[in-house]
Amino acid sequence: MNSRDLILGRVRRALADVPRDDTPYDQAVDRDYLREHGNLGVEETVELLAENLADYRAIVHRCTDAELPAQLAGMLAAHGSTSVVVPPGLPPAWLSAADITRVEDRAESTVYDLDEVDSVVTACALAIAETGTIVLDGGPDQGRRRITLVPDHHICVVRVPDQVVSSVPQAFELLDPARVLTWISGPSATSDIELDRVEGVHGPRTLEVVLVSGDGRA
Amino acid sequence: MSGGTFVGMPAFPEAAHEAVSNKTLRANLRHATHTIRGKRAKAVAEMSDWAQLREAGKRIKDHTLRHLDRYLVQLEESVTAAGGVVHWAADADEANQIVIDLVRMTGESEVVKVKSMATQEIGLNEALEAEGIAAYETDLAELIVQLGKDRPSHILVPAIHRNRGEIRDIFTREMSEWGRPAPEGLTDTPAELAEAARLHLREKFLRAKVGVSGANFMVAETGTLVVVESEGNGRMCLTLPETLISVVGIEKIVPTWQDLEVFLQTLPRSSTAERMNPYTSTWTGTTDGDGPQTFHLVLIDNGRTDTLADEVGRQALRCIRCSACLNVCPVYERAGGHAYGSVYPGPIGAILSPQLRGTASEIDASLPYASSLCGACYEVCPVAIDIPEVLVHLRERVVQGGPATREGNKVVLKPAKGHAAERAAMRAARWAFGHPGALRTGQRLASRTRRFHPRTLPGPGRAWSGTRDLPAVPAEPFRDWWQRTHGGKDTTK
Repeated sequence: MNSRDLILGRVRRALADVPRDDTPYDQAVDRDYLREHGNLGVEETVELLAENLADYRAIVHRCTDAELPAQLAGMLAAHGSTSVVVPPGLPPAWLSAADITRVEDRAESTVYDLDEVDSVVTACALAIAETGTIVLDGGPDQGRRRITLVPDHHICVVRVPDQVVSSVPQAFELLDPARVLTWISGPSATSDIELDRVEGVHGPRTLEVVLVSGDGRA
Repeated sequence: MSGGTFVGMPAFPEAAHEAVSNKTLRANLRHATHTIRGKRAKAVAEMSDWAQLREAGKRIKDHTLRHLDRYLVQLEESVTAAGGVVHWAADADEANQIVIDLVRMTGESEVVKVKSMATQEIGLNEALEAEGIAAYETDLAELIVQLGKDRPSHILVPAIHRNRGEIRDIFTREMSEWGRPAPEGLTDTPAELAEAARLHLREKFLRAKVGVSGANFMVAETGTLVVVESEGNGRMCLTLPETLISVVGIEKIVPTWQDLEVFLQTLPRSSTAERMNPYTSTWTGTTDGDGPQTFHLVLIDNGRTDTLADEVGRQALRCIRCSACLNVCPVYERAGGHAYGSVYPGPIGAILSPQLRGTASEIDASLPYASSLCGACYEVCPVAIDIPEVLVHLRERVVQGGPATREGNKVVLKPAKGHAAERAAMRAARWAFGHPGALRTGQRLASRTRRFHPRTLPGPGRAWSGTRDLPAVPAEPFRDWWQRTHGGKDTTK
């Protein structure tokens, strides 16, 4: 007998006490927990996102669509970056004001190439206010998973309020499990040494989030 | 459970006795558990629906376990449809052999690892090493444990028993043996130590061709695997290698994508006391051009189906490895993680290890006693495992013996040897209570000779009285006092 049949056989014998008409899945679980915590308005939800991002040591900026290119250029300059990885579908206008070497996110480039790059700028799939989380799903404006991992400085642009949800349950409703997802809550951190929190072990040590709102002119 | 790292461990009482007298260990543990405990309570208090989330988590897991065969088959189909390859391993040796063969097929001789309880349980690193394959732990705490040739002592923070000075010494001494040496003049500040680990491990991440992980959850409906972590070492191992091998216990399934909304709210808050852990990665099979292009899932039984067969003990398989029960346990806080002699320490280890491994060994037979039954572990458990209930159930099995399942076969366990005295005492008590005359005589005799009673029991009773104060025998038996003061008359009328 192969191990698959062996294990499944053991499972079935172990569950001899479970009746054939056991409660089906859709009735087995009460989903009377909340879909979101607190009934915040749109602006308050964005405010909560900003607070929770900052609480976990992400650096939060706010600007309008029109201000975004200058905002990004200023942030890259302030960080002292000379090169930036760019996902294939990032709106070209975003980096139009930055005088910096652009490195394309290409399948052929090696991780060693990527390790030489200072920063990465991406969009996101959505952001969760209650937990201060941004979620990437590998879309064209976010690129491969490794580009937000190897460079030491990640700038993520979140469109507010369109891309902001309140809660984890609301996020799961919108996300597609077929895509690779990376949930990011603050920069890389460890508490393994005497529970002292240290930012930045293997992932980017600096996470900057730009909350960008439409200014009516875009 | 191979338990390779824990061979020769003394039983819990002996190991705990030693640990309790280690002042550094106690101070480290006390600081750590109290810190997390306080933070966790705050994080949980933010959620007004915590009780409902806990109940939902419990029910999702219970339902899954009650239909595990169906969900395992569904998971296999989903993972395969998404481009992954599923392997089944009945025990630790088989799981290790599968991983060894898979690594060999890549032609590589080193792998990078995400922290995983399952691979520790099966002793994967040692098995790989024996075959000439180097397995690098990349979680900071696991790195400290691995470099220190040490054993993990906590589910979440495996190096919780080490302080910064010890960690600095380990890095300075050992890093050069494994790769990039520690920087000159390394101090013991956590930031510098973390930086040393970053530099040491980055060269390994960048050249790694094979990654090995566990998973926190597997979704039957979609074939999605989930890993939650903080440092980014997990993302490195899950993203950069060409081949990814995930070794996961069969109990880690949830039926649907939506079910994750419950656990991604309860796990981080219970575990690190954060609203959300810094990184969560999900992947479904393989994705063209992004991440590993070959994905293997090794599903391990290794005692889980035996645990499933026990209707009381089955609930231990609900565990999502958050470690909240360790941080509130007064016994864990004093005895430390090593005293449990198993990969899973603390209250959950005390019920999980004897079920996965059976209660034949001295250490496993002692684990159900590694608790004061105070119930704090049950209170904090995000999937409401009634740990005290299972502890009492397992104590009964150890003392009385009885039916159990081992490697899929029904067996009748004999009572454990060490408990002969307890059984004899219980038999004697039953006889005495059935013979009132003898009981009365015995009690009078005890009262008259009370001055001569020893403070500890002789012979087989010594172990019992070694950790307890013997009750003082009263000057007069209750029955005699009642006769004397009430004359045997009922005065309530």
